[in-house]
Amino acid sequence: MKRENELILQVKDIHKSFGGKEVLKGVSFDVYKGETKVVIGPSGTGKSTLLRCINQLTFPDKGTVWLRDQEVTHHNLKEINRFRQKIGMVFQDFNLFDHLNAIRNVEIALIKVKGLKKMEAREKAMQELKRVGLSRQSLLYPAQLSGGQKQRVSIARALAMDPEVMLFDEPTSALDPELIGEVLGVMQKLAREGMTMIVVTHEMGFARSVADEIIFLERGKLLESGPPEKLFQNPEFERTRKFLFKLTELYGDINGYRR
Amino acid sequence: MIDWSFFLEILLPSLYEGFIMTLKIIFWSIPIGLVVGIIIAVSRVYGNLLVSFFSKAYIIFFRGTPLLIQLFILYYGLPSIGIYLSPFVAAVIGFVLCSSAYHAEYIRGAIQSVKSGQVLAAQALGMSKLSAVLNIVLPQALRRAIPGCSNEIIYLIKYSSLAFMVTCIELTGAGKIVASRYFTYTEVFLVVGAVYLIIVSLATKALNMLEERLSFPGWENNNNG
Amino acid sequence: MENLIVVYQALPFLLQGIITTLGLVLSALALGFIIGVPLSVGQVYGSPWTKKFIGLYVWFFRGLPILVLLFLFYYGLFNMIGLNLSAFMAAVLVLGLRSSAYQAQIFRGSIQSLGQGQLLAAQSLGMSKGMAIWNIILPQALRMSIPGWSNEYPAMLTESAVTYAIGVMEVLTRGNFIASRTYRPMPIYLTCAIIFILLSYTGMKILHILEEKVRIPGFEE
Repeated sequence: MKRENELILQVKDIHKSFGGKEVLKGVSFDVYKGETKVVIGPSGTGKSTLLRCINQLTFPDKGTVWLRDQEVTHHNLKEINRFRQKIGMVFQDFNLFDHLNAIRNVEIALIKVKGLKKMEAREKAMQELKRVGLSRQSLLYPAQLSGGQKQRVSIARALAMDPEVMLFDEPTSALDPELIGEVLGVMQKLAREGMTMIVVTHEMGFARSVADEIIFLERGKLLESGPPEKLFQNPEFERTRKFLFKLTELYGDINGYRR
Repeated sequence: MIDWSFFLEILLPSLYEGFIMTLKIIFWSIPIGLVVGIIIAVSRVYGNLLVSFFSKAYIIFFRGTPLLIQLFILYYGLPSIGIYLSPFVAAVIGFVLCSSAYHAEYIRGAIQSVKSGQVLAAQALGMSKLSAVLNIVLPQALRRAIPGCSNEIIYLIKYSSLAFMVTCIELTGAGKIVASRYFTYTEVFLVVGAVYLIIVSLATKALNMLEERLSFPGWENNNNG
Repeated sequence: MENLIVVYQALPFLLQGIITTLGLVLSALALGFIIGVPLSVGQVYGSPWTKKFIGLYVWFFRGLPILVLLFLFYYGLFNMIGLNLSAFMAAVLVLGLRSSAYQAQIFRGSIQSLGQGQLLAAQSLGMSKGMAIWNIILPQALRMSIPGWSNEYPAMLTESAVTYAIGVMEVLTRGNFIASRTYRPMPIYLTCAIIFILLSYTGMKILHILEEKVRIPGFEE
């Protein structure tokens, strides 16, 4: 639960519509170095869209995103690619490269994007796989890995680029219950190591114990934000309380995940 | 019953020239046709409106019209607007254009079967779209397209016989010439047929081995987490 | 331009070729179907010898170029056994036999994808193997084959032009005839090409409608 005063990411007044329907109606927040921010909210409120607006996989209609003191929005593709190297993303569906084994998945961007030599890239990739606990599975292909392992590879893949901030888009929603723990464990470890993270999730146990701040997004607007104790015990809005209650009911208070 | 002297002294030597020509034709047409097919497929899927429209029209024309008409246009039609192609060149161009359209369709289907999330992930890592297509999509798509493209390659070996119709004397053409001179169609074309069967069988085996070599665990899955 | 006039004048002659072409294509497809279905049944349910023989048949007719088959049969074998067929009939026969080899593969794939279960269930109800195949397996397999089978039509259509080599008066042969008389090959050949595209397009549309009508509810594969 660190809050150093270094401002890493600023999201300012993001608006986005899809086919006439406004999904994000002016969302703003700041993220400090080493912070873990958890975004919660009902499905379809644009949480994924918000993350994708940060690394420009989706272009917001209005608003800006700032990485440290540089604007990420409103750039040409080459610049955007450079920014994406500094912003890591982990997807709900893993999106591993099926034709490459685990270590190749992690090292390919190092070689093709960062221009590292093969040996350097291989070394770095092995480091990251070790970090997520998969050094022995490095030669396996995605089809041979369990869901939890796949997600951990995709985390290693994003980490290998040494990003300034990591975005997690419902990282455990596609996993069988027994496998959720291993992924949350890795994410906890990252938070402890000081990684700046924005996590969209339903896992309330994780939010409660790891988040520095929880953001409640409802109907495209940031309804309420604050440290976990505040939101869980003394929220400003009744809707927040109701939503958290429902979630805790469904997903359990403390999940049995490994630390 | 079998006239061995005819067989050995007349038939085989005459067919030999034609056989070499057939090999020449297929060794040029197959790789070029495949490469053009990849280009057309990528244009069709990733190109802008104009490029993709042109690719679509290309595919519809070359798959929807008989190869023979395409060959005739190249060899008999172009001279009327001042372009003169030799029989060999006309045949190869015709085979390249036609096979590339079929390859493009197989490859297009394969490209579209690669989960788009992988492109998203590649871009999230900072890869440009081009880099993502080259390094992530195509390696998977081309492997998936192997059965279809192998099929088309076998077809090309067979329809190389149509080169004869634009006066490029390959194996079938050589056979027809000998057969009509000596009136021994059955014998000649049983031999010609046997040669094709051997080439086709060998090619099929080779392509199957290639498919096995290139497979990675889990590649048959279209829906992979 | 005079090109258009030439085309306009040639049109009746060319369009008559459509009758020949369609006749050729549809007859060959029908022949291929009539022979192909029993072949596919034989390949799945037949004795080892039956399977071997059919395998050979398929290998032969799929491995040879159409041109070689046409020359072999029309100028060679038919003469040898004294069979005096017109070029058109010979073409129907050769293309039909060839198509039967391809169609057999399509139907075989569908039958095999139905799995053992259907046959076992039918037999457990007391049906003979033949009855089961006719009443249970084939109706499903044939419906499932329609998408793959639909490819046979445009394929046969474009292959029909090869029969030019033995003198069948289909569209391309007629086109060639006119082109050599009027010395205007390009517009004529392009017109022929357009005719083939239109024939292909309308045929596919009709097949599509057929596919919809015959679809088993809830059975999407």
